Amino acid sequence: MQQSAEFGELRRAHRSFAFPLTIAFTAWYLLYVLLSNYAGDFMGTKVVGNINVALVLGLAQFLTTFLIAWWYARHAAAELDPKAEAIKSRMEGGA
Amino acid sequence: MSPASHTLLAAGEASEHRTLIITLFAVFVAATLVITVWAGRQTKDAADFYAGGRQFTGFQNGLAVSGDYMSAASFLGIAGAIALFGYDGFLYSIGFLVAWLVALLLVAEPLRNSGRYTMGDVLAYRMRQRPVRTAAGTSTIVVSIFYLLAQMAGAGVLVSLLLGITSDGGKIGIVALVGVLMIVYVTIGGMKGTTWVQMVKAVLLIIGALLLTFLVLLKFDFNISDLLGRAADNSGKGSAFLEPGLKYGATGTTKLDFLSLGIALVLGTAGLPHILIRFYTVPTAKAARKSVIWAIGLIGAFYLMTLALGFGAAALIKPDEIIASNKAGNTAAPLLALHLGGVDSGWGAVLLATISAVAFATILAVVAGLTLASSSSFAHDIYANVIRKGQATEKQEVSAARWATVGIGAVSIVLGALARDLNVAGLVALAFAVAASANLPTILYSLFWKRFTTTGALWSIYGGLVTAVGLVLFSPVVSGKPTSMFPEADFQWFPLENPGIISIPVGFLLGVVGTLMSKEAPDEGKYAELEVRSLTGTGAH
Repeated sequence: MQQSAEFGELRRAHRSFAFPLTIAFTAWYLLYVLLSNYAGDFMGTKVVGNINVALVLGLAQFLTTFLIAWWYARHAAAELDPKAEAIKSRMEGGA
Repeated sequence: MSPASHTLLAAGEASEHRTLIITLFAVFVAATLVITVWAGRQTKDAADFYAGGRQFTGFQNGLAVSGDYMSAASFLGIAGAIALFGYDGFLYSIGFLVAWLVALLLVAEPLRNSGRYTMGDVLAYRMRQRPVRTAAGTSTIVVSIFYLLAQMAGAGVLVSLLLGITSDGGKIGIVALVGVLMIVYVTIGGMKGTTWVQMVKAVLLIIGALLLTFLVLLKFDFNISDLLGRAADNSGKGSAFLEPGLKYGATGTTKLDFLSLGIALVLGTAGLPHILIRFYTVPTAKAARKSVIWAIGLIGAFYLMTLALGFGAAALIKPDEIIASNKAGNTAAPLLALHLGGVDSGWGAVLLATISAVAFATILAVVAGLTLASSSSFAHDIYANVIRKGQATEKQEVSAARWATVGIGAVSIVLGALARDLNVAGLVALAFAVAASANLPTILYSLFWKRFTTTGALWSIYGGLVTAVGLVLFSPVVSGKPTSMFPEADFQWFPLENPGIISIPVGFLLGVVGTLMSKEAPDEGKYAELEVRSLTGTGAH
């Protein structure tokens, strides 16, 4: 089964989504940590009232985390679950 | 009398506060004990004890995961750090939250599909069982004990502060009480009881945080800019209070330390055994995914609220008063409750007592989860699979788990009592660093790297573990500074408090080196089986 085209597709659908996204959010988080560490002036720039860039970027980390979670849930329901269920029912029914 | 209890209790009628707090503590304890006994009656076989019968829904488990994860360190510690250091306190919570994406995208679902009861199940799946299970059990127990110790000592400090207990005997008594309660929850209620306790606690914590957040925002007519401005003015630090740098920005070393901490937080969560075993309590990988999504929503919302609590405390309470109560700011949230209700009013006392009881509930739920993780791993990985070589019956295994709970509980009571005056807050960060260095590399390689071998797993687990623990041993966390665990001793040479920046790459690298150096061939049949099972759930327990 592991060698089959059907499973290959499921594996690709998972990896091609999860791996790049993991690299992307880790890089985005590291960028934020590095900016906090080494770009104090930029982070202290006021945006509106007392709200500065640092706070906006921090809240943006929350927002991107929520969005990625939602996006993955959608991807999994549309692309992964049907493939996984098809393989599972075939293996448990047939072989 | 410590200045801490002085500030909290002198504010109103000291004894009245105390009675109210103790009453609420007692109500929570009584309610959780009823739940535990009820859950205990339904705990019949090993799947019940280790995995709560795998019948929880995604939402229920999401609540319990949040309850397991949001420790007193995050409720009191982050609110306090924001109250004292402003923006830098907030940095913590971002790492704690973003980390959940690693669990969501790479770990939760494959783990649910391929394991049974412990993290070791997945690590050892396609490896030689005995050595890898021994390694997995060791690192599970080390991570959990560090974490547990920090929580127990924290509980002693916190409850003493809230109740105004300052005698040594009193503090030891509290540590012992927490220890005995966690032993009772776990031995009687197993995973089912622990899960319900964590769910109740999560609901209480979120309601408590919502209430305080609402009251803070009400004071500022829901104008966040005003709140921040007042916090900056009142802190005496001006706009620097709203920018990064007050806590971590002092020198090049502290900046590097923060980077190291940030990496450990983001990569550690998905390697914490007490979090990972929670995914076995749901029936399918889909439900495991739903639990993580709920957890991200709940934990994220909670950390956003700690922002309001921390800045609210900074805006409404003089920094001197917060520091006088507890140097690290750990009592900022309870103090905020008192001030919001009115320092001399009955309403202030009620609010203070409620928030204190929530903090106590928080500690109990987290220590129960940690104890369960370590005793499960001892019984399932080490006793059943290494010592008895898979020959133990289910009954013997569960009974070993119960005895291990008593043993681990007793050890942590003794260590917690001994450590009551040591500064052990650094141990939580250490637990994250060990989890990221020793556990996460092996989990990811096992699931996704075909060539990975037993030797690679052993090198990675032991190498990551020894590097992380070793570096901390020689860091300022343990010796060489007034804030160290042993301030009189000085054998420190590693400058950073968090070892992650070194030990995590070491853990990942050793997994590769060990695999390439070993002559053994990977078990390809087993990997094929694991891969199909982890992605489809075929043959999952």
